[in-house]
Amino acid sequence: MKSGSNLERILKAGHFAFTGEVGPPRGANVEALREKVAHLKGNVDMANITDNQTAMVRMSSWAAAMICMEEGVEPNFQMVCRDRNRLAMQADILGVYAHGIRNMLCLSGDHQQFGDHPQSKGVFDLDSMQLIGMVKKMRDEGKFLGGADIDVPPELFIGAAANPFAEPFEWRVHRLAKKVAAGADFIQTQCVFNMERIRAWVAQANDMGLTDRVAILPGITPMKSVGMAKYMKNKVPGMDVPDEIIKRLQGVDKKKVADEGIRIACEQIEEFKEMKGVAGVHLMAIEWEHKVPEIAERAGVLPRPEV
Amino acid sequence: MIVAERKPFDEIKNMVSGYKKVLTVGCGTCVAVCLAGGSKEVETLNAELNLSFGKDGPEFGSDTVERQCDMEFLAALDATVGGYDALISMACGAGIQFLAERFPDKPVFPAVNTAFIGVNLDVGWYEEKCRACGSCVLGMTGGVCPVTLCAKSLFNGPCGGTNQGSCEINKDQPCAWHQIHGRLADQGRLEQIIEISPPNDWRNQKPRKVIQPGYGERVKSQGQ
Repeated sequence: MKSGSNLERILKAGHFAFTGEVGPPRGANVEALREKVAHLKGNVDMANITDNQTAMVRMSSWAAAMICMEEGVEPNFQMVCRDRNRLAMQADILGVYAHGIRNMLCLSGDHQQFGDHPQSKGVFDLDSMQLIGMVKKMRDEGKFLGGADIDVPPELFIGAAANPFAEPFEWRVHRLAKKVAAGADFIQTQCVFNMERIRAWVAQANDMGLTDRVAILPGITPMKSVGMAKYMKNKVPGMDVPDEIIKRLQGVDKKKVADEGIRIACEQIEEFKEMKGVAGVHLMAIEWEHKVPEIAERAGVLPRPEV
Repeated sequence: MIVAERKPFDEIKNMVSGYKKVLTVGCGTCVAVCLAGGSKEVETLNAELNLSFGKDGPEFGSDTVERQCDMEFLAALDATVGGYDALISMACGAGIQFLAERFPDKPVFPAVNTAFIGVNLDVGWYEEKCRACGSCVLGMTGGVCPVTLCAKSLFNGPCGGTNQGSCEINKDQPCAWHQIHGRLADQGRLEQIIEISPPNDWRNQKPRKVIQPGYGERVKSQGQ
């Protein structure tokens, strides 16, 4: 065991992992955060705690991760390269480990221009690949990036992101290979809507032997409305929403669109359960945390295994 | 070259109001080429200042030296500057500071914002190309700078925000890593970016000096 986290144990036991996501509040509203987390309790193996997502200031991911842990849900501490240099990163990595956090996700982060402080200086001292390598070095060699010994190294389960849909498509699997070589233990992907593409990408990863070395968890986001689907297709960089998805949502009664969105998500999850090289799924029910119990139920992933 | 843009007129005017005699100093090199601070721009700025202040305003003189980043050329101003109580520099940030160093008892005000190290795309159209990071990786990246042209300065891109050849920040901004991949693929050199590029040694985080090989003794003899 590298970290002994619940996610690591679930994967090691060969179970199909099911992870969720919680965005920290835009303030110190602990009650709102506890309520979001409560919907996930018992329904997911681990919850990602986002780090100033879309470059908007929120409660820090480590602090929200600790509240999540208090509520009985294992957190996945997200860290972006945008807001911290290598000193602050290593300090926070030690800090979260000291407080019992065992999973972390290494990300580049959305550009600061998108957020509520577009004048800020983006740090990007390291990129996500280098961050993964640094966490691995801290854990496996017990050394800081600068080379000095760490007195009690942080034993974290290392996650990374992948976008199988961005151009150039043929490069995506090589970038995945770089993340695996850097030290990623698990991968959570961008929201999947184009099943054809993800099938091809997972097949490439299988052929390169990557799926034996890393657990791949495709991202699932149920569409709440036709408007959301169109927005994600047209406005969100790196998102690949095929027209069939939009047509299918348009094809049902207005009151049934959200239900159809969940149905699509569940069908995807069913396919991933059977797909060689896929170790689980990551559910990103954006501002729809209260629907997680229903989605988990309908996706047939309950009860979550105890390991 | 170094590319600069003239500051908004009111900002320049506010800086020099209250002085009696002001010398506007242009620079004949980079900022002249990019149409921000050469002799022509000096005359234009002075004409605008004269018009705006009227006859009770400061008296503006003008002079343009070959390079304000070179003491040898600044020496040509020694005889003139004494007659003025403030200076406006239209050079880049380096030239402005060297002018201020040459005449430490005179207030020196910048009339341009230094923008970047860049190239000439067309008359009046320039593009940033280099951040002077101090550890050039262009050999690995097919001649496209990831530090400057990737909005996140990634060494192992592209990130998940790459958008059909564009950067996530703007449809009109090409994704540098998309370009790097394309050029290396065309040259059959993708192996250059298969390996992980290690954390960068940021050498532009403190004031730097360069002494070329063979010039160390000369520098020492000048007591530096």
